[in-house]
Amino acid sequence: MKIQKILNILTLLTGAIAVTVTSLWIGKQAYSWLPPQAAAESLLIDDLISFLVTLGAFIFLGVTSTLMYSVIFHRAVKDDFTDGPPIEGNIALEVVWTAIPILLVLWIAGYSYQVYEQMGIQGPSELVHLHNPLGMESAYAEAKDTPALAEPVEKIDVLAKQWVWVFHYPERDITSTELHLPSDRRIRLALKSQDVLHGFYIPAFRLKQDIIPNHAIDFEFTPIRPGKYSLTDSQYSGTYFATMQANVIVESPEDYQQWLAQTATQKPSLATNQAASEYAQTSNQSVQTGWVTVPPAAPPLVNSPG
Amino acid sequence: MTNVPIEGILLPNEKPNHESPGNWKEYFSFSTDHKVIGIQYLVTSFFFFLVGGIFAMVMRGELMTPESDLVDRTVYNGMFTMHGTVMLFLWTFPSLVGFANYLVPLMIGARDMAFPRLNAVAFWMVPVVGIIMMGSFFIPGGPAQAGWWAYPPVSLQNPTGNLINGQVLWLLAVAISGVSSIMGAVNFVTTIVKMRAPGMGFFRMPLFVWAVFSAQIIQLFGLPALTAGAVMLLLDLTAGTAFFDPARGGNPVMFQHYFWFYSHPAVYVIILPIFGIFSEIFPVYSRKPLFGYKVVAVSSILIAVVSGIVWVHHMYVSGTPGWLRLIFMLTTMFVSVPTGIKVFAWVATIWGGKLRLNTAMLFALGGLIMFVFAGITGIMLSSVPVDVHVNNTYFVVGHFHYVLYGTVTMGLFAAIYHWFPKMTGRMYSESWGKIHFWLAFIGTNLNFLPMHPLGLQGMLRRVASYAPEYQFWNVIASLGGFLLGMSTLPFIFNMVISWMQGEKAPNNPWRAIGLEWMVSSPPPVENFEEIPIIISEPYGYGKSEPLTANLSE
Ligand code: HEM
Ligand SMILES: [Cu+2]
Ligand SMILES: [Cu+2]
Repeated sequence: MKIQKILNILTLLTGAIAVTVTSLWIGKQAYSWLPPQAAAESLLIDDLISFLVTLGAFIFLGVTSTLMYSVIFHRAVKDDFTDGPPIEGNIALEVVWTAIPILLVLWIAGYSYQVYEQMGIQGPSELVHLHNPLGMESAYAEAKDTPALAEPVEKIDVLAKQWVWVFHYPERDITSTELHLPSDRRIRLALKSQDVLHGFYIPAFRLKQDIIPNHAIDFEFTPIRPGKYSLTDSQYSGTYFATMQANVIVESPEDYQQWLAQTATQKPSLATNQAASEYAQTSNQSVQTGWVTVPPAAPPLVNSPG
Repeated sequence: MTNVPIEGILLPNEKPNHESPGNWKEYFSFSTDHKVIGIQYLVTSFFFFLVGGIFAMVMRGELMTPESDLVDRTVYNGMFTMHGTVMLFLWTFPSLVGFANYLVPLMIGARDMAFPRLNAVAFWMVPVVGIIMMGSFFIPGGPAQAGWWAYPPVSLQNPTGNLINGQVLWLLAVAISGVSSIMGAVNFVTTIVKMRAPGMGFFRMPLFVWAVFSAQIIQLFGLPALTAGAVMLLLDLTAGTAFFDPARGGNPVMFQHYFWFYSHPAVYVIILPIFGIFSEIFPVYSRKPLFGYKVVAVSSILIAVVSGIVWVHHMYVSGTPGWLRLIFMLTTMFVSVPTGIKVFAWVATIWGGKLRLNTAMLFALGGLIMFVFAGITGIMLSSVPVDVHVNNTYFVVGHFHYVLYGTVTMGLFAAIYHWFPKMTGRMYSESWGKIHFWLAFIGTNLNFLPMHPLGLQGMLRRVASYAPEYQFWNVIASLGGFLLGMSTLPFIFNMVISWMQGEKAPNNPWRAIGLEWMVSSPPPVENFEEIPIIISEPYGYGKSEPLTANLSE
C-alpha cells in the first residue's frame, strides 16, 4: 500500500520533470521557426513567442500525457461491464484549476502589454497614448541601450493601390517601388491606400498594419539588420492580391543617403508590375479560364523602379 | 452483475413498442417531426461538406507549387470564398442544428420542438441557401470572391457591373441563412425553457442541452448585428448608399465591427454543441459521471457571455487604437478560463475510468487533443504583439482548422457514430469506423500542422501563389488534404451499408444513461408514450439509481 503510494508519486514527478524539460526545449526551438530578426521589435516579439510556446507546450504535453496514461492503463477489461468509481467532482481541484488559468492569463496579458508598449509602433498620432508611468522606453532603445528621446526619425510615405506599392521620400521628393530603409533609425511611415484595404507586412520585422482608404496611418519601427527582405500585402485586396510584393532593402545610413542622392538624379521611368503584366497576358488569351476582374492600376512612374 | 438498473431495457426479447417512423420518402417531405428534420439537416449538410471539401482540394492542388498555375486567380479566390462560406453556413451550423433538433426534445423528455412548423420552415431554407450559393457559379462574373468576411471595399467592387452578381447572391444567401438560424434559435430556447419533463430542473439537463441553450442565446443577440451589416452592404452594392464605401465617404472598418460582433460569437455557436457532445460521450465510454457537472454547465453560459465582448481581436491591426487592442486582449484571454475548466473536467472524467475505445470515443478523444492544441494557438493569437506578426497568415488558418476540422468535424463524427444506432436502428461497423478515424486524425494533422510554421515564417492566407521557400510545408499540407478527402470514403461506405443492412440495434447499445436511450431505436413518433418523470441527476454511472420514476419498466 505504502510502496504503491510512493511509486505513484515518483511516476508523477518523473512525468512532470519530463514535461517541463521538453517544453523548455521546445520553447527554445521557437526562434528557429521564425524569419531573421531584422527590426528591433522582432527581438521583443520573438521572446514573447518563445515564452508562449514554452507555456503552451507544457499545457499541451501535460493534458495529452494524462489522457494517454488513461487510455493505456485505464482500459476496461474485456468482459468487465461494471462502472468506474462514481466520482462527481472535487471542490478543491476545481478551485485550483480555475485559479491557475486566471493567474496565467494575467501573467501572459501583462507581459504582452509590456512588449506592446515597448514596440510603440502606432506612432505619435495615436491619441490616447498609454505611456507607462514607469517610463518604459521604445523597443529600439531597449535593444541598443540608447535613450529613446534623441532618436532621429526618417519619414516615408507609402501608397498602396491594386496591386502595387509606391514609396515616396518627402525629404528629396523621390519615388520608388523598392523600399529602402536606413538601419538603426526610427522609421515613421504614413500609410495610404488609393482604393481598397491593404496591409503593410514585413515578416522579417514581425510588423503589420492595415491601410485604410481616406486615412493616413502612422506606423513606426526600427530596422537593425542590413539585408534584403520582402514586403507583402497582408489584407486581401482582390484578384492579384498574392502578387502585391515589394523588396525591402535595409542598409547602413551612409549607403541609404547615397541611394537617396543617386535616385534623386534619375528621371522617372515605368516600373514593372506583376499584376499588370499577368492581366495583359490573360486578357489576350483566346479562351478565358477565369472570371472578369477589376483591372490593375497602371504601373507607376518612379525614380527608382527597383 | 451490473449496477445500472436501467440496463433492463437491453433484454433481447423486448419488442419495439412502435413501428419505425415512416419510410425513406418522409425524408424528402415537409415533415414536422423533429427527428426527421434532424436527419434532414444532417444529410443535407454532409452533402455540402463534400462540396466544400472539393473546393478545398482545388485550393490544395493549386498550392502544391509556388506559381499560380492550376486555376485562374479569380477561380482560386472564388474557391476560398465559397469553401469558407459553405463549410460554416452549410456544414457546421446546419449539422449542429440537426443534432440539436434530433436530441434536445428526446433528452429533455419532450414529444417534439415547441414550434414544429417553424422548425420545418427553418430547415427548408437551408437547401435554398445552398442552391443560391451554388447557382452563383453559373452567372456572369462567377461567385463572390471577397472571402467569407466580404470586407468592403473589395466586396463592393463588382467588376461585371451587373445588378445580379456573385456578391449580391452571396449576401442574399447569408441573410436567408441568418433568418433560418433566428427561427431555430427562438424555437430551441423556447423548447428548452418550456418543455422539459417534470423533474428535469436546469441542473438535471444533460450538458448537450446546456450547450445548445447557450449557443442559441448567442444566436439571438449576435445575428441581428450580422444581418444589419449584410443589409447595409447589400444596399451599398445595389442601391448606391454609402455606409461602407470610402470612395463615397463611408467607413469600411465599421463593417468589420458588425461582422465580427456576430462572427466571433458564431465560432462559439459552433463549438459549444461540440463541447456538449464531448460531455455526453466521455462519461458513457469511461463509465464515470461527468466530473464537475454544475461547473461545466455554468461554464457554457459564461463562455456565451464572454464571447460577446472579444470581437476586436480579429481587428487588432485594422487601425484599432492601442488601448482598445489591449482591452480586447484581456477579454479574449479570459475566454480560455471557462474553456479550460471544461477541458480539465473531461480529463478528470476519463481518468481512472473503464475506457472502451469505440469509434465514437476515438473521435472524441482525437477531437479533444486537437482542441487543446487549438486553444493554445488561440491564446497566442490573442496576445497583441504576436498577432501583429501572424494576423492574416497561415498561422491563423492553422488555428481555426484545428478547431473547425480537428475539433468540430471530429466531434460531429463522434456524435454521428454514437447516435447512429439510435437514429437508424442499425449498428455501424466498428472496423470501418476505426479506419475512418485514423485516416481523419492523421490527415488533419498532416494538413493543418504545417500551416503553423508557414504562418510564423510569414506566408499569407488567401494567396494563390507564394515564395518558393514555403513550398516544402505546402506540399505536406496538400498531401494531408488529399488524405482527408480520401478519409470520407470509408465513412460514407460504412454509413450507407450499415443503414441498409447493418445489424439491428437494441435500444441502448452503449449502456448509456439518458432519456434518448430509454426509447426504441429509432424512437417512435412523438418519442414518449408517457412523459418521463425525472428523479435523478444525469450521468449517474456507478451509482445505481434510476433516472426516471416511470420509464424504466
Ligand atoms: C481559447 C480559445 C480561443 C482563443 C483565445 C481564440 C483566439 C483567436 C484569435 C485572437 C483570432 C484572431 C486571429 C487573427 O485573425 O489574427 C482567432 C481566429 C479564429 N478563431 Fe479562434 N480562438 C479560440 C477558440 C476558437 C474556437 C473555439 C473557434 C471555433 C469553433 C475558433 C475559430 C476561429 C476562427 C474561424 C478564426 C479565424 C476567422 C478568420 O480569420 O476567418 N477559435 N481566434
Ligand atoms: Cu478550410
Ligand atoms: Cu474570434
